[in-house]
Amino acid sequence: MESDKILLEIASPYRQVLKVEVDEVIAPGEEGQFGVLPGHTPFLATINVGQLMYRQGNQLKYVAVSHGYAEVEYHRVIVLLDAAELPHEIDLDRAEKARLRAEGRLAELSHEDRDYYEELAALDRAMNRISITKI
Amino acid sequence: MANLKDIRKRISSVKSTQQITKAMQMVAASKLKKAQDSVVQARPYAAKMSDVLASLAVRVKPGKHPLLERRDEKKIELMVITSDRGLCGGFNANVIKAAESFLRKKGDASEEIVLSVIGRKARDYYKRRDWEFKTEELNPGKADFSQAESIGRTVIDRYVEGETDAVYVAFTEFKSAMTQNIVVKRLLPLEPKVLAEDEVPVEYLYEPSEDALLADIIPRYIYTQVFSMLLESIASEHGSRMTAMDSATKNATEMTAKLTLLYNRARQAAITTELMEIVSGAEALN
Repeated sequence: MESDKILLEIASPYRQVLKVEVDEVIAPGEEGQFGVLPGHTPFLATINVGQLMYRQGNQLKYVAVSHGYAEVEYHRVIVLLDAAELPHEIDLDRAEKARLRAEGRLAELSHEDRDYYEELAALDRAMNRISITKI
Repeated sequence: MANLKDIRKRISSVKSTQQITKAMQMVAASKLKKAQDSVVQARPYAAKMSDVLASLAVRVKPGKHPLLERRDEKKIELMVITSDRGLCGGFNANVIKAAESFLRKKGDASEEIVLSVIGRKARDYYKRRDWEFKTEELNPGKADFSQAESIGRTVIDRYVEGETDAVYVAFTEFKSAMTQNIVVKRLLPLEPKVLAEDEVPVEYLYEPSEDALLADIIPRYIYTQVFSMLLESIASEHGSRMTAMDSATKNATEMTAKLTLLYNRARQAAITTELMEIVSGAEALN
């Protein structure tokens, strides 16, 4: 493989989402976003709910991701996620419904409830899906 | 001589059974296709997960995480994965046979064994034999990662609490529609991959810390394992059902042919007898 490309592989438990050659990857790490260029030092990080970007030439593309890991090697980035969707795969209706449902439940719960954070996370995922279709 | 009407009834009943087996075979074939796809689709994730874990685990000392810790196997948990539904040849019977032989082997070593069952068939079998289950789940024939996660979590909890020292799983590994292997695999404790001598582990940067990552990744790896076992078992079930129903359909065809022959013979015999009677009746008049 040429030395100025990165092989980006994204997989969720159900399927392989993506396997492409890219020039740059920007991923939402647990301790903040990080960018990966070819030749990056081996690096293992936790990924949070958010938008993973990758650049092919001048084109910037997005993937909606949820919790998972990224393993970075010099010319390879492997991302293992609970769920990942390409923008065109997102079901906007479903995401909207999930958002409303989570908002409704959150209104009834207080901070002490155990479910509160689960609902908050659900809301997070829904918002993430919605926002990525708007890019 | 069999009654004509009885044979006719038999034939029609065999034929209607054949229709059912034929339909089941086709349904199983299409489900197999889907199940097979999801097995294949899930493989990259599972394979990479185990790579990541292996590269992590070679660099940490064994004592660093409870799930990497090896203890004397005094209390063993056996998880048996079968299907909910029958009519799939020897599929469930084979898994249970393997589980039984495992129980006998380990039981002789006077170890304490607890049982977990996934799938109605295993549950019913062991319930009749008065076993109690640690985990009891149905196997609806559609793998769900969150189910795998909840199963994995209970297994891990028991292991960490010291209720079990090792966890084995008896399930069917999917090779192809025709071949499936029954295996008993160890789920816990984990066995970190051993590097070959000339292999040098890559030095990674970690974010957050190594320990935090390990603590997060190991349970998830277990869920992935459980998930892929469920997927394989489901694909095997459909494969097994397809083959079983195919041979049932063939047997029905054979049986119909035999019965038809018998029917024709009986009919011929009846006609002959009738003719004889007419002829002899006519002769008596002369």
